[in-house]
Amino acid sequence: MKKLLLVLTIAFSASVMYAGGYRVGVQGHKQLAMGHTGVAVVTSAESAFFNPAGLVYLDGELNVSLGAAVVMSNTVYQNREFGYSSEADNPIGTPFYAYGSYKINDWLSAGLAVYTPYGSRVEWPTDWEGSHLVNEIELSAIFVQPTLAIKLSDKFSIGGGPIYVTGAVNFNRNLSRSLADEAGNRSNVTIDASGINAWGYSVGAMFRPTEDITLGFNYRSKIDMDVERGDGTADFENLPGALAGSFPDGDFTSSLPLPAELTFGAAFKPSEKWLVAFDYTRTFWDAYKSLDVQFFNAAGLSRNPRNYKNSSIYKIGAQYEATQKVIVRAGFYYDESPIRDGFFAPETPRPDSVNFTAGFSYNLNSKWAIDASVLYVHSNEVNNSYDSFVEAGQRLSFGGDYKSNALVAGIGVSYKL
Amino acid sequence: MKNNIKYLAVLALGLFACEPEFDNPIDESGTYTSGSADFSTFVAVGNSLTAGFMDGTVFRSGQQNSFPNIMAQQFEFAGGGTFTQPSYDDDVNDAGGFLLGGVPLPGFDTRLVIDASEGGPENLNVTPTMEVSNLQATAYNNMGVPGAKSFHLGAPGYGNIANLAIGAANPYYVRHATEPNATVIGDAVSLNPTFFTLWIGNNDILSYATSGGVGVDQTGNPNVLSYGFNDITDPGVFAFTYQGLVDALTANGAKGIVATLPDVTSIPYFTTVPYNPIPMDAATAAFVNNGYASYNGGLQFAAGNGLITAEEAAQRTISFSAGQNAVVIVDEDLTDLTGFGIPSYRQATIDDLLVLPSSGIIGEEVNNDPTQINGVSVPLANNWVLTATEIQTVRDARTAYNNAIVSIATANDLAVIDMAAVLEELVSGLRTADGQIYTNNYFDGSSDALSTAVFSLDGVHPNARGYAIIADQFIQIINEKYGANVPRVTAGYYPGVTVVPSN
Repeated sequence: MKKLLLVLTIAFSASVMYAGGYRVGVQGHKQLAMGHTGVAVVTSAESAFFNPAGLVYLDGELNVSLGAAVVMSNTVYQNREFGYSSEADNPIGTPFYAYGSYKINDWLSAGLAVYTPYGSRVEWPTDWEGSHLVNEIELSAIFVQPTLAIKLSDKFSIGGGPIYVTGAVNFNRNLSRSLADEAGNRSNVTIDASGINAWGYSVGAMFRPTEDITLGFNYRSKIDMDVERGDGTADFENLPGALAGSFPDGDFTSSLPLPAELTFGAAFKPSEKWLVAFDYTRTFWDAYKSLDVQFFNAAGLSRNPRNYKNSSIYKIGAQYEATQKVIVRAGFYYDESPIRDGFFAPETPRPDSVNFTAGFSYNLNSKWAIDASVLYVHSNEVNNSYDSFVEAGQRLSFGGDYKSNALVAGIGVSYKL
Repeated sequence: MKNNIKYLAVLALGLFACEPEFDNPIDESGTYTSGSADFSTFVAVGNSLTAGFMDGTVFRSGQQNSFPNIMAQQFEFAGGGTFTQPSYDDDVNDAGGFLLGGVPLPGFDTRLVIDASEGGPENLNVTPTMEVSNLQATAYNNMGVPGAKSFHLGAPGYGNIANLAIGAANPYYVRHATEPNATVIGDAVSLNPTFFTLWIGNNDILSYATSGGVGVDQTGNPNVLSYGFNDITDPGVFAFTYQGLVDALTANGAKGIVATLPDVTSIPYFTTVPYNPIPMDAATAAFVNNGYASYNGGLQFAAGNGLITAEEAAQRTISFSAGQNAVVIVDEDLTDLTGFGIPSYRQATIDDLLVLPSSGIIGEEVNNDPTQINGVSVPLANNWVLTATEIQTVRDARTAYNNAIVSIATANDLAVIDMAAVLEELVSGLRTADGQIYTNNYFDGSSDALSTAVFSLDGVHPNARGYAIIADQFIQIINEKYGANVPRVTAGYYPGVTVVPSN
């Protein structure tokens, strides 16, 4: 027991974050604890997400991993020139995952993966200085991915499957920097849509040149979440009486891309008890050009340029079998922000981040294990602005210092038969 | 389970570490400083512009956005204390306007709003609730008294309700004068200010201008008791008065900032109605010209007999044509030919300024007679137009006042804000730090103007957004002069015009 605590302390002192934009990298506690590496790691059904090709190399006939996490994130804002300061007290996010894999025969495995790789909850104080950009936003998307993995040889496998996404968005912001009703309540709009459906796919390949070395590749396609007419509601509040008639509640259309992600990496076993993994992920955020919302009243088309750029994540992680029952893990990743200078909008205030992860698995018996992980996301203070808000034909700048961090902690179970 | 508890403990530590902290948080002491100034007791002295007057009155929510109140909120970052303003708690409808003895006080109407069903400004259609005779008898940090001219600030009895009937008192000051014979400056100084703003003198020329030059230029006459409401104050009186105000405010070593007077002819009250607002076709023009044929003929007769020059005859000759036409005005500076039955008419030129209320009468029929049209067949009276000659009179007085303000401020080592330059910047487009551009345009009903109009509907006073620009300008000069670091103000967050569906 003493040994376990010692190991835990070490694991936690090697701290880990989540990813840029509205990506939430919490797709398995075993892999998250290892810096969210996993494209070349075969330890559990978590491979259904990280690399479907790996499922076919799993021990056991049936592998199941279930887990959930809480995301506690905070962003603070200040503007020295004008004396503004604000803090986004974001509600706790709860990403989860459920993976299952069944070995149909020696060369074919089938699996099902359910996970939540995108999401965002940001809640600024209502009517804060940036309220014309966002008061609060909640994005969520659940991915369901039936998966097949085929062992082409003992050294090479492929896998993949279609992805069905169901998503939801709720976004509130003020209509302008000053408009209010007769009582001084600021005019605002909330758009809300759920049950937005879309399709995509994931494919992977795995190569095991030796017993101790694994190479992996995974590509998950871009998925456009399109809100069509009738899918959601646009609720206009606190319009002054003279304008209320021009801003009736109604529906809206919009589109938000969930960008494609390409990952390749390697894992090797320097000794019987150690496993070290490296992943590189390229996220094709350039798909996120603009968040345009079309209303069907006087509000018209709201254009909100984003111009994200493609970004990289560099990950490293390790695991160590401390005892027969305990496996400890730690990792680190560096996550580049996809946001260009001048496009730093407070609804996704994610600068570059360094991320420290740690966790462990505790084997209850030969079948059941408990998996836990924590992730600490640290960003340096940035001074940036959003310069594309248009008021009366002029592009206005809203900026200042931002600093954010997040702590993710979660627990799950694995089952192996 | 034991290790789970340990796990939770570590988690709790992580949570504790979760609050992000800036390297240099602005709420750290020393971020904002007052430099060599001391904002602990800030007193603002002036007229309507200091009081937060907008849309033709002071109303409860509007007063919250007076420029000194906005400044005081920023001063709080740098050692500023409480800033009090006259109480408008009794403005139940948030409408402004006064009652005296329960009866609406003429000339003190409710605030102007845009009536969307009519498309123009109207007084908010509610009864005022503020009773002038409810005396507050309190000196406030905001000692801006709407309507006050320079010499009123030191005039005992200006706050005496008994003087209202004879026009020697001001209902705004009556409401809060500490005693019937108190003076505005005396009440201000009684607060022992450590810092002050002084912006006074606008009304010493403004009422002459807004009345279309109906008043008298009293330059050379130091007897203010003989002045009419619309007269221009003698610059000598102004300078003497101003010196006294500054002496009183600086007596205990207070620092402060004084403001020069902007060119009143740049405000929307004078720039909104063009000199040539009358569209006409050729047939109508011929008809109207026919009506002036005998007047034009009379001018030729007068010129032929040497009563006026040929240039004046040409200047006075009235001629309409197809297209936009200048209004016909009465100009008392023309050679008086009334003895010959020739009135003092001419058409306005680009150098004349029509006052904002003239938009309500130009082109209207007089006595329901379709041949009697204001500005066309019926010349506009003197009070609707500020002629080029009258404009020069106003400018001369303003220049003299501003020279006095700057020299007195310099002698007392006070900060000076050149409000004349600020208004000139608005004329060409004043760009704020966020990138927005504001102008001196009157609200034109467009959705853009909802976000960018900075003048209120009275055409003279800023709206809340405009006062925020003024507060920001004051702060910039204060920071510069006193080595202070007071945070600036974003005008774009402040409200503009009020539009109601119907009235």
